Formats: sequence, structure tokens, C-alpha cells
Amino acid sequence: MASSTAGSASAPVPDRLRQISLAQRLLAKPAAGALVIVVFVWLVFVVLSVARGNTAFLTIPGTLGYLDVAAQVGIIGTAVALLMIAGEFDLSVGSMVGFAGIVIGICATIWGLPIWLSIVISMALTTCLGAINGFIVVRTGLPSFIVTLATLFIIAGLSSVLTSVVTNITYIPIAPDRIAADPISGIFTWKLSMKFGDQTADFQVSILWWIAIATVGAYILGRRKFGNWIAGVGGSPAAARNLGVPVARVKIALFATTAFSAAILAAIQSMRFSSADILRGGGLELTAITTAVIGGCLLTGGYGSVAGTALGALALGMAQIGIVYASINADWNKIATGALLLAAVVLNNWIRRRFAGLR
Amino acid sequence: MMETPNTAQAPVPAPVATGNGTPLLEARNISKYFGAVVALEGVSLAVRAGEINCLLGDNGAGKSTLIKTLSGVHPPDDGTLAIDGQPVTFTSPRDALDAGIATVYQDLSVMPLMSISRNFFLGNEPTVGFGPFRRFDSDKAARIARDEMHNIGIDVRDTEQLVGTLSGGERQTLAIARAEYFGAKVLILDEPTSALGVKESAIVLRHAISARNKGLGVIFITHNVQHALPIGDSFTILTRGRSGGTYRRGELNAEQLHALMGGGSELEELQADLEMLAKREARGEDIPTVPIGAEASGEVLDESKQP
Repeated sequence: MASSTAGSASAPVPDRLRQISLAQRLLAKPAAGALVIVVFVWLVFVVLSVARGNTAFLTIPGTLGYLDVAAQVGIIGTAVALLMIAGEFDLSVGSMVGFAGIVIGICATIWGLPIWLSIVISMALTTCLGAINGFIVVRTGLPSFIVTLATLFIIAGLSSVLTSVVTNITYIPIAPDRIAADPISGIFTWKLSMKFGDQTADFQVSILWWIAIATVGAYILGRRKFGNWIAGVGGSPAAARNLGVPVARVKIALFATTAFSAAILAAIQSMRFSSADILRGGGLELTAITTAVIGGCLLTGGYGSVAGTALGALALGMAQIGIVYASINADWNKIATGALLLAAVVLNNWIRRRFAGLR
Repeated sequence: MMETPNTAQAPVPAPVATGNGTPLLEARNISKYFGAVVALEGVSLAVRAGEINCLLGDNGAGKSTLIKTLSGVHPPDDGTLAIDGQPVTFTSPRDALDAGIATVYQDLSVMPLMSISRNFFLGNEPTVGFGPFRRFDSDKAARIARDEMHNIGIDVRDTEQLVGTLSGGERQTLAIARAEYFGAKVLILDEPTSALGVKESAIVLRHAISARNKGLGVIFITHNVQHALPIGDSFTILTRGRSGGTYRRGELNAEQLHALMGGGSELEELQADLEMLAKREARGEDIPTVPIGAEASGEVLDESKQP
């Protein structure tokens, strides 16, 4: 063992780190792939728009349109990304959007509670469901994929049972004048309408929510002690626990946060559309995971980016609206989403190996 | 870094402490059961300041369980732990850390997908700012991580570099530097060299000696007698969950250690088999060969099935 150490005795392997350029360091960031994807998607739809003679995609109304779509996914995506970085999934988040909306609807219309109180109750209940998700995962040690798959069905079923008991339909209308009169509904319904010739474009408040949530998420992950814990818990729960990180608390908090973000989206949607619908949020769990993966999050946890996830949501929003504007059959939407996901994973994988030096 | 001459061939400098005085950390008659499985029974171990205690045992001897008991992961079912002679109870790894017991696990101590400085401070993050804006002090973290890594002999240019890009020895070194920085009095190294190459093992052994010379108590877990002999001041043997005794440096040689670990008889059998084969070959006999997998599947090569 020691015979080979004689030559290097004074300087044990100091030179394994080589100097790398700024460009390489930027590419080593987990969000690099997502940025490339966004630029690529944008260019594709610019070319498609011009080629098909419909440049709506490039206008401000077009842009605000896809930003709103991206925002709705992105609000959930931020929390889902943090959860994935901590090594867990939440497949129940979509069903929670429906559930949270139904709670608002029942509280506000059947029980006649004020709108604001209904929203608060909905947020509290939904956040509790998220914490229960986390608690089950932490206590049983089962994969969260399975646990939240189960709670997806349970929560979706609960929404159906609640609405059928109370209203007999899966849809609860909420009086628009009550929403308008409510002191806090404005933070979910506000929009800035702009005139462009004969067109109006709405800057929806959802975009602000998305930016705010993503900013807070990125700040927590990158600048807070808790963010370091999130990455550590996802990197190796056992090692994090050995270093004194409260692994169970971190996970439960993130499940609760994910559920809370579902409740925010539910409040935005039910206030905007003056109704609650159990079908809202269906499939959103997979879309949110898609944005996180495009954003550079690893399915195995421990690595990822909130900024990247926001870019992933932007790419999906662009693709979804861009297809409509380019007068392409909307059936192509899912194909585009799938292709984007695949391209992003391949790209992110390559970047990780090539620039971050990971095998 | 404290330079020590060679670690294996040249004699190691005499230990600071000679085995007297109160142990920094002592385990007395520890037992641990997992259901019907006896993981540990009546195992004792002590480490004093400025001493390396090598915990030797074959795979499955209970080394990991003992370490997890010492570091607060598993509370013992029976027996006591004592720090500076005072009995203590650890309910979590945090308790053990606070008592100055730092454990460096084989693969589990660093996060490959996190940066060097974030790894260094995971669970002990320095913060700046007040109230809700109290944030991770990444500048301070980077500075300290770089300095500490430098002190222990590794120059890190960019502490934002992911640990996954470091070699195995560098990762162990990071974990050791971290433990020392956070005021460890007892450093437990769990199989630190088992996944490392020759050169990297030497680096880790050197750090163990360096920590010992700084006055830390080091518990060095290994099944590799070649790594334990040159650095150990005392050797505690574990076999099948039971203590095989503790010996001072110089009392035993490698063969005796192997024999005590329970691997001795297997090695002798292997030796006998090899000699028998050599004799048969010398006599010109055919050495019986069995195709790989034939034993498991019960299928023996049949001449008639051959083309």
C-alpha cells in the first residue's frame, strides 16, 4: 500500500481539478438545458408562425396567452421540483387542485361562508392532505410514487363523493358578484387588460403568482439553510440524517408545500371561472413532473433547479399555445410535450456528463 | 498538515497517549438485537485521545451496527456508552455529533450532486442576515471549505464544483476535514479505504494518523489487516457480533489478526486446496473442471449434446 506513496508524499493528489471556462461553468448549472429548450421551442414556433402566415405567437397577446398557461403549470411545478430534489414525487397534486376547488365551492355556496374564509379553509385542508402524504411516506418508508398514487385516487374520489352528496353534479358554480365583492378574491382574479387594435390582451395575475412562487422557491433552494437540506435529503436521506438534518420534517414540509401550491392554483381557477370543478387539475401531476425534469431535476433526487423548472413550464406553455396559433391540430399537443420531455432529458443528461463532470 | 513519514513500512511515531487515562468514548457490553438476529452481544470498545483504535472484523461481524450504536443511529438494547467516563444516551446522530463524535461513513457521508462547500456545511450551515431573511452564507462556506481542504492537503479551486467529480479519496478527505472542523473529539472512520485504490487508501490512512496526532481519538473500522496494522495503537476484534478481545500494538501480527477475525481458517483451507491442486497437476492428473453455472442449474455438459 505505502510503496506507491513515496513520490506524492508531500502533495496528495492536489491536481484533480482543472480550470474551466465561464461558459462551461454556466452550462454546468442544472437549468442550462431548460434554457436551451426554451430558446429552441420559441424559435420553432417563430419559424412555424412565419411559415404559416400567422404571427399571433409573436404578438403581446400571444405571449401573455402562453405565459398564463405556463404560469398555471409553473405554480405547481416549483413545489413539485423542490419535492423531486428532495427525492420524492407527488402524483396526487392534480387531484388536490380539484379537491381544493370543491372545498371552496362547498364552503362558499352550500355553507354560505365568505369567499375569503372558504379559500383559507380550502388551503388549510389541502395543505393538511399534503402533510398526511408526507407523513405516510416518512413513516412507512414506502416509495412516494406508490403512496401518492393511492392518495391521488382517494382524493379524487373524495372530491366526487363530496360533490355528489352535496350537489349531485361535479361542478359548483360560485356567484360572480359575490367573488367581485370579496375583499381578497382580487389577488386571484386581478388582470391587466390591454388593447391592441381590435384585440384585447390580459396580463393575468397568475403570471405574478408564478414569478413570485418561483422566486421564493429559487431563493429557498439556493440561499437558505432549508434549501441545502432539501438537496441533501434527496442526495442521500441516510447521510443527511447522520449529519443532523431533520429528514422527515423536510419531506413532510415539502409535501405540504406542494399541496399548498395546488390550493393556490385552485383558488386562482375557481375565482377566475366563478366555479369549482372536480375535473380541474387532472393530469397536472404529470405535467408538473415534466416541467421539473425539463428543468434539470433528476428523478432520483438530489439535483435540480427551480429556475430550470420555471423555464420548463415556459417551454410547455409555448408549445401548447404555439400549436394553436400555428393552426396545427391541438391533438399534436401531447406529442409535442412528449418530444420536448425526451429531448430535454437527453440534453440534460449530456450536459451533466459533459460539463458538470458527473458520470 | 502534519507530515508523517511512511505509513506502512517505516515505524509509525509513538502515539501521544499510551493507553492510560479515561477513554474519550467507551462502549461497555453493548448488545443489539434485530428481531431474532443477534447483531451485537456484550461488545466493549474504548478509544482515548491521541489513539487509533482499529475495529477489525469480517463482513457481517457487526462492525457497522456497532458504529451506528456509537454514532447515535441505533440505541443499544443493552450496555452503556460513556464519554469522558460519563454515561450518555444518544437518541439521534445529532446527539452524538453534539458530543463530539463524528462518523465518516464509507459511501454515505457526502452528496455527489452537491457542491463541495454545500457538502461541507450540510446540517451545519452558517447563516447571515436577520429574521426571515436569514440565509445560507455561501461566501463564508466557500472560504472555510477551501481553507480546511487546503489544510488537509487538497487544493480546491472552485468550491462550487460538485463532489461527484472528486475521487473517492478526496471525498473521504472532505468528510474527514469536515468532521475535524466541526470540533470532533472522536473520529469514526467506517471502512474508509475499502472502495479505494492503493494510493488513495494511503492518503486516507495518512489523515487518520494526522487526526490522531492532533489529539483526536480515532476509531478505524476495516476488514483489511494491511491497512489496520501500520496505523493502529490498539485493535478490537469482532466476530459474529461478539468481541474477540482488544490487543495493543505489537501484540499481534497479521496472521494472528486474520485468525482472530475468523478468516484464518478459510485462508488455511484455501492454501490447502491450492497445494492439492498443485500436487495433482505435478502428477499429471486431470484437474476436474465444472462449467460455470452447471452446479447451479444442475445441468452437466453432455458429450452427446455437443455438435
